[in-house]
Formats: sequence, C-alpha cells, structure tokens
Amino acid sequence: MSSGEKYVAAAYGVFLVVILLWAAILAAKLSRLERETGELAVLARSRPTAAGPGDG
Amino acid sequence: MNGYLGDVAALARKDLKLELRARDTLPAMVLFVLATLVVFHFALPADAGDDASYGLLWIALVFTALLGLARAWAPEREAGALDGLVLAPSDRSAIWLGKTLATLAFLAAAELVALPAFALLFAPLDLGAVAGVALASLGICAVGSLVAAMAAAARGREVLLPLLFLPLAIPLVVGGVGASIADDPSRYLAFLGLYDAVFAILSWAAFEYVVTE
Amino acid sequence: MSIPKPTLTALAALAVGLGGLSVAMIFFVAPVDSDQGLTQKIFYVHVPIALTAYAGFGLGAWKALRLLMTREERYDLESYTGVHQGTIFGVLTLVTGAIWAKASWGVWWTWSSDQLVLFLVLFLFYCAYFMLRFSIEPGPRRERISAVYALFGVALIPVSFFAIRLANDFIHPTVFTREGPQMTGVMFAAFCVSWVAISLVAYVMYRAELAGKRTDANLRELREALAS
Repeated sequence: MSSGEKYVAAAYGVFLVVILLWAAILAAKLSRLERETGELAVLARSRPTAAGPGDG
Repeated sequence: MNGYLGDVAALARKDLKLELRARDTLPAMVLFVLATLVVFHFALPADAGDDASYGLLWIALVFTALLGLARAWAPEREAGALDGLVLAPSDRSAIWLGKTLATLAFLAAAELVALPAFALLFAPLDLGAVAGVALASLGICAVGSLVAAMAAAARGREVLLPLLFLPLAIPLVVGGVGASIADDPSRYLAFLGLYDAVFAILSWAAFEYVVTE
Repeated sequence: MSIPKPTLTALAALAVGLGGLSVAMIFFVAPVDSDQGLTQKIFYVHVPIALTAYAGFGLGAWKALRLLMTREERYDLESYTGVHQGTIFGVLTLVTGAIWAKASWGVWWTWSSDQLVLFLVLFLFYCAYFMLRFSIEPGPRRERISAVYALFGVALIPVSFFAIRLANDFIHPTVFTREGPQMTGVMFAAFCVSWVAISLVAYVMYRAELAGKRTDANLRELREALAS
C-alpha cells in the first residue's frame, strides 16, 4: 500500500477500533447488570410475601 | 438594590479584613510572583526576544492568581460551609461578587509590585500591556471565583482548582500577551472585554447553583 | 396525523445502512482529489466526527440547562452522557486530525491548525469535567455543579476559537494550510451521507450508554430497597 493509503486506512481504522472498544465496554457492563439483576431476583424471591390478595 | 450591594460590600470587606489581620495571602502572592520572575530569567535562553518574556509574565500572573484564589477560598473549604449562605438563594450571587472584588484587590496589589519589577528586569510595559493586565485580571477573578467554589465542594480540591481554571484562562493569556506585544492592542483589549462580559455574567448567574447545598 | 417517533432499533438499522452507503460513496463513487490525492478521503471521516463532538458537547449543555431550569433528575445522566460522547468523539477528532496532518504535512501536530488546537483546549476542559464529577459526592449538588460546568464549556468553544485565531497573529506564522475542499457535487453528497451516518452512530451510542447508566442507578435503588 502506498503511504497515502496507509494513512487513510489508519484514520478509518482508529474510528472503527474506538467504536468496537466502546461496544466491548458496554458489553462488559451489560453482563455485570445481568448478574446483578439475577442476584436481586433471588433476593426478591426469598423475601416473605407481602399481604396477600383478599386481606383486609 | 441597596441591600444587594450592601451585602456585596460587607462580604468583600470581611475578606479584606481577614487578610489585614492574618497577612498571609498578599505577601505570599507578591513573593511568589517575584520569585517566579527571577526563575524565568534563568529559564530563558540568552537570545530570547522581549516577546518571550511577555509570555512568561502572563504565566506568572495566572499562577499568582491561582494562589490567591486558593487562599481566598481556604476558610470556606475548612469550615465546609460558606459565610453569607444565610442569604436568600436569589441573592447568593452577591457572595460571588464580594469574593471576586476581594480577590481582585489582592491580585491588583500583587500586580502593583510585579509589573514594575517586570519592567525593570525584562522589558518595558506600555499602556496597552497594562490595560491588558487590568482587563484580564477582571476575567481571572470572575471566572476564578466560580471555579474555586466548585473546587471547594470537592475532594482533592487543591489540585482540582488549577485543572478547572487553566483551560478557561487560555483566552485571557492570549488576549493579555497580544496586548503586550502587538503594536495595536485594541483588538486584543476588545477581546478581553468580550471575555470579561460573557464569563462575568455567566459566573454571576450560575453561582447560586454551585453553592446551594 | 403526527409522525411516529422512530425507535432506537430503527435508528440503529438506519445508521448501519447509511454507514455502508457512505463507505461505498467515499471509496467507490467520489473522485480522488487532484491536489491532496488519496489522503483527502480522511476528510469524510474527520470532519463529521468533529461536528459530532460539538453536537455532543451541545447536547450535554442543553440537558444541563434543562436540569438547572426544571431540577428534574433525569437530565443529569443525559447531560453527563452527552458530554461523555462529545469527549469520545473529541479524542477521535484529535487522533484522525493528527493522522491527516501527518499525511498532508509530514508532522503529527501543528499549532497552525485552528481546529486541532481548539479540540486540544476542549479536551483539557472536558477531562476536568470528569475529574470534577468524580470528586463530588453524588447528589443534587454534584448534578448542579456538573451542569454549570457543562454550560461553561459551550461558552468556551466560540471564545477559545476567537482566541486561537487571535493568537495565530503573534505566536506562529501560518506554515501549513489546507485548501478548503473544492468539493464537487458528488463529494459533497458523500460528505453529507457520512455525516448523517456518523451522527446516527453517535446518537445510538448515546442512547445505549444512557440506558446502561439508568439501569445502573435503578439497580442500586432496588438493591437498597430489597436489602432493608
């Protein structure tokens, strides 16, 4: 590749890499959120249920 | 309106009186700016022109101002609260104006020493340069007071104040150096005036949002 | 009858489509510039990225203003995310700008490029935004202080730009200039498509990040509620 082509590729490549990096960070965050919601769901299920229907 | 200006005057006077008693901020600023100028002499290569030394003058002024700003807000940081916070929210901008005027007084006093010292040690200062210093000092104190209030609310406040202040100070340095160097300083002085107007109004309006708990 | 608001999915799909279209237009349709050669193609990605950074800072400032006016909490995260996106694209502007400078003039940096210098100043300013934000306890005070700072940023942009222009007179002689592209119609069309595509990508990123931050905040509240 000529040097001109290399610079063009570098510029577009950097843009692409940064977006991919952002996506990777977001994916990591998403899996952490998934784990935490799972823990919260377990916590919620183990609680004694509130006043049932038909009371009072 | 009388009550507002009265508050401003009272707040500014309180700061000035504190300084007159403690006498630690102003001597420190004056000594700092002189020491910085001397260091600059050794930092400049022998063939550096006058223009370079004007640049260094402005660096000295900006960092001296930072010193003054940090000290002006030290009592608030330590107490964790702001005097004058008893004022109604809509009047809290009076605190900003009072602080700005007090800091401006300190900075002006330091400049009264620094500018003749600079003219003696490095290069002459003409009217344009002095006007530039005056206008830029206004801007420095106006923006600096607001930014110091932000830093006072934060941890790691000593290092935060320069970080917040320096990007905002860049246009002031440009205007000031330009006014010192250029044959016709009017463009730079006009620019400094524009900066002062814009950021003084912004700081005055935004101050209450920064200090309200 | 009102136009329904496009869903995020639709916008993302549109972004992908336009992205593909813009790449095709840039590399296969638009002619190669006679002066700059192939390196001119960097223009199609560098300038939209810069414009998107400005848009991010502007969005952050707008949401900040809304926060100060209405005190609704949701504007805090929206403002923060806007500033964050602006900063990401700001860094991209500096990097693509440096690559373009190296390709055009053989240097990675030059003080005579007003846009590069402006973005350097803004980069410093907005980095301080994050430092400020993380030094203050979360709460309404942090929201307000961050909002005020975001507004100052937007005021700083034109003022800094004027300052940089003024400084050029005495600091550095303008050594490097780049001819404003004498764009043909096709080049301009390619630029517009690229700009819309990149703006859409940035908006999708903004929404995704915002959703992540909101979910985080909600989870924390839920956890506190369930633990009691």
